[in-house]
Amino acid sequence: MAPTPEQLESWRYHLACSFPAVQAVFADCMAEAAMVLSPAGMDAYLDGARALGKMGRGPEPVLAMLQEWPQVARIVGETALADVTAVLFAMQKSPNSGAMAPLLQTLAAVARRLQGPDPLRHYLRSVQEVMARTSVSIHGHHTTFASPGLPVLLAQAPHLLRVLTVAGFARWADYGARHYQHHPQRQCEYFSLQLTDSRAVLQRERHGTLLANVENQLSLTLRALWQINVPLCAYATGWGDKTTPAPWTTHHTPDDSICLPDVYDDLAGEYPIKGIDRYRLALAHMAAHRRWSQSLVADNLSPLQRLTIECLEDARVDHLLLRHYPGLHPLLLALHPRPAEGACDPLVASCLRHRLAMLSRALLDPQHDYQDLALNHCVATFHTLLADDESSTLAMQMLAIQHATRTRRQSDQLGRVYFENTVVGYRDDNRHLWTFIEAGDEEDAFTEPPPADKAEEHGLPPRHYPEWDAASQTYRPDWVSVYEALHPSGDASDIDALLHRHAGLARQLKRLLDLLKPQSRVRIRYQEEGSELDLDVALRSLIDWRAGAQPDPRILMSHRTDGRSIAVLVLLDLSQSLNDTVPGTGQTRLALSQEAVALLAWAINRLGDPFALAGFHSNTRHDVRYQHIKGFDEDWGDAPKARLAALKAEYSTRMGAAMRHAAHYLGAQKADKKLLLVLTDGRPSDVDVPDEAALVADTRQAVQELAQQGMHTHCISLDLLADAYVHDIFGHHATVVDRIEQLPERLTRLFVNLTK
Amino acid sequence: MTTPFYQPQGNEVSLFEAAYAARLPVMVKGPTGCGKSRFIEYMAHRLGRPLITVACNEDMTASDLVGRFLLDVNGTRWQDGPLTVAARTGAICYLDEIVEARQDTTVVIHPLTDHRRQLPLDKKGETVHAHPDFQLVISYNPGYQSLLKDLKPSTKQRFAAFEFDYPNAGLEAQIVSSETGLVTTRSAQLVQIAHAARQLKGHGLSEGISTRLLVYAATLIMGGVAPRDACRMAMVRPITDDADIRETLDHTIDAVLT
Repeated sequence: MAPTPEQLESWRYHLACSFPAVQAVFADCMAEAAMVLSPAGMDAYLDGARALGKMGRGPEPVLAMLQEWPQVARIVGETALADVTAVLFAMQKSPNSGAMAPLLQTLAAVARRLQGPDPLRHYLRSVQEVMARTSVSIHGHHTTFASPGLPVLLAQAPHLLRVLTVAGFARWADYGARHYQHHPQRQCEYFSLQLTDSRAVLQRERHGTLLANVENQLSLTLRALWQINVPLCAYATGWGDKTTPAPWTTHHTPDDSICLPDVYDDLAGEYPIKGIDRYRLALAHMAAHRRWSQSLVADNLSPLQRLTIECLEDARVDHLLLRHYPGLHPLLLALHPRPAEGACDPLVASCLRHRLAMLSRALLDPQHDYQDLALNHCVATFHTLLADDESSTLAMQMLAIQHATRTRRQSDQLGRVYFENTVVGYRDDNRHLWTFIEAGDEEDAFTEPPPADKAEEHGLPPRHYPEWDAASQTYRPDWVSVYEALHPSGDASDIDALLHRHAGLARQLKRLLDLLKPQSRVRIRYQEEGSELDLDVALRSLIDWRAGAQPDPRILMSHRTDGRSIAVLVLLDLSQSLNDTVPGTGQTRLALSQEAVALLAWAINRLGDPFALAGFHSNTRHDVRYQHIKGFDEDWGDAPKARLAALKAEYSTRMGAAMRHAAHYLGAQKADKKLLLVLTDGRPSDVDVPDEAALVADTRQAVQELAQQGMHTHCISLDLLADAYVHDIFGHHATVVDRIEQLPERLTRLFVNLTK
Repeated sequence: MTTPFYQPQGNEVSLFEAAYAARLPVMVKGPTGCGKSRFIEYMAHRLGRPLITVACNEDMTASDLVGRFLLDVNGTRWQDGPLTVAARTGAICYLDEIVEARQDTTVVIHPLTDHRRQLPLDKKGETVHAHPDFQLVISYNPGYQSLLKDLKPSTKQRFAAFEFDYPNAGLEAQIVSSETGLVTTRSAQLVQIAHAARQLKGHGLSEGISTRLLVYAATLIMGGVAPRDACRMAMVRPITDDADIRETLDHTIDAVLT
């Protein structure tokens, strides 16, 4: 019902806004608003628009308000207006008034994603928070410059909320506001998703089932149900409005793998399907192809024929799949579209996809009610072919070509293709089905990837570790790159000479170590309940008893096994500061550490515990070097000794990443107790981190992670001032060696005490 | 006592009879729950010999097998252990899961398992000569991936051995059906689930789902439990604590059962 001219006039009076641009659309906006809003809502709407008009910010905000609000109100209800105007007034009072129009312009799209007044309120709150934090203040507490990233964030919001929940959106925006507060350029790049960590945080926060989280489970499923063991790889799903390509498998090529989208959302609907089930079905379908499909020569087939063959072959492997795993039938049916017969008009559009989707549905669903004769004939033939055995891809090709010939129409060539309801979600792109003998002109031509840079072939690729950010209590994903390598070698006899110098100490220690050596069986005597009679004691008791004295009833003995199962990894800090000379000795800290570690290695080796030695230093987060000196499987022989002899100290101490990497190796050891000994001479620090507390917090977090994985950490610090921070990081598990010249002895004794 | 149900997988019954006729010590190898103990019970029954079973464990000492002095009002008294009793009376002595016992314990069976067929009781100063009908049988699960849990080569070399494995799918379904009365189509589905789980051995599972667990699940189903719940309870929950494996096997159950 269109508003009457009198009503329009009264509203125009109410709005009291004479911008020509506003007047031009006023009547249309009012007509739309009157259909959605109640009279009271209408008044509030005009009040809000009027206030915007009087702010002196030009026609844009009023226009956006007039045009967008009715749509928003239709989705989230008109009561949300108060929240929106509150944000607009806050913007008006700050330097950010330029963001008012972008906020209103995307509000309808945002509301469509959020579907409710509560999430919208959360959204507005996080927008306000970002605004407050990113507005730059130069003189004292007044915010003077507009937030550079806010308009970008607002423009991006509808896309973001497609993949994020509103809480995830808030966390993502918060991360950007926190880390790029003082860097306007980066801030804009973050909010427009051009930065890698912006995308990484997005990936972490997005809703749905991430392949990374279920990959292990899916590999197990593949192995259990199909006896297939190939790597699963992820590809990025469509961003914004782009469509996601179908999964694919490449089992006829040398680099065999199965590729799946990196995330599947749960599907709502009458038969809800969880993301993990979508992954499972896609895998099951591809595994079925791998088991039952043969490759065909594509050169002599038209695209129409190929499409039909793929449709029938997909249906065949699904049929065989269900023969083995009938429990999947409801899920397959739920994921398969149900195209309505006659939904596509062959006179105006190409119905090829629609016809094939119907055929595919009919082959899968015995309860289909399609009347089409050719379709039903094809279904019947299909079931006869598959009645007794597995049939074959070749038989499907024959059937498909007949069916294609029977059903093809002139309009299949039309440019306008009917796509609705024709995509079968769990099916792959069938690239494995086709062999091309001659390079065709219609296939996508891919250029060969450029040959890998030869310079990169040295050493292993880096491993990335997260770093803890204490301020936001979150991990910065894949923040640190750790490069590992073998430590260069020196002369092994140097270490032997060192050990020789400490021969006296070694003799003392040897006595202690022998006591610690595992005894596999230990007899426990004087037991009242035991496994065996201790004859000596028993006879003594018997004599006592016969003599009339009180006999000792503890005449049995038992055994217990006493084993020792400890794996030790000694992590050496090799930063520049180790080159300082220790006052009074003339030796550098590095030389002393070397001596200490040599003695320790000798002792551990003597005890027979598996142990490894490694050193680390760092030069910004992009280059943390982890150098193996001795591996767990190596003997304490010349090779590791030679590496230890060549120790060199340089760069800084990014300890958390090195510990996480050490934990990777220590965790793989099979031992009851795992001990990480960290030998360092100062607090964790690096040249790219100005805040001293940041890396301390990260290291503390790393210690806690290790504890959760069942690894004990102990720190030996050579820093006399270490008390200030070392207990923050390691708790009680830290020893400060104040007289450094005693390090060799202290370290070895400490180890012995720790593992007693 | 009725004959225990045993479904032969091959010619193991006649081979065991031949080994018994020569009084050769026998070792039975195979994964958990594939029917080793049932086979021995069945054979003892078939040969008409009493069966003395010892479940071995790590705390077991040689005296738990051979015997020990106990206290009495008049002093000490010797009590024969199960192995000695079997050797004296001519029973079949079955040491179940022998690798669980420590290696030094198992050495006491050596003199019984070669041409001497005698058991010296050193504490008592007596040598027991085995009864002509005595036979020693041990079972042994080589699946443990632990170097510590293995038999000494000198022990292994004294036995004739049978290697058992889970029966093939058809036979296994038949076994589950005859043990519990479950319809064969359903048993076949249980076996299919078990086969999927056995693929995961070494990839997070140390042992696959055994025939014994299949029988448990079938028993629960016969007792009126819904098949899905019965499978989860009897076949998945016991063998794994790992969430990924549990989810995988639960999905397998959903996929296989109709």
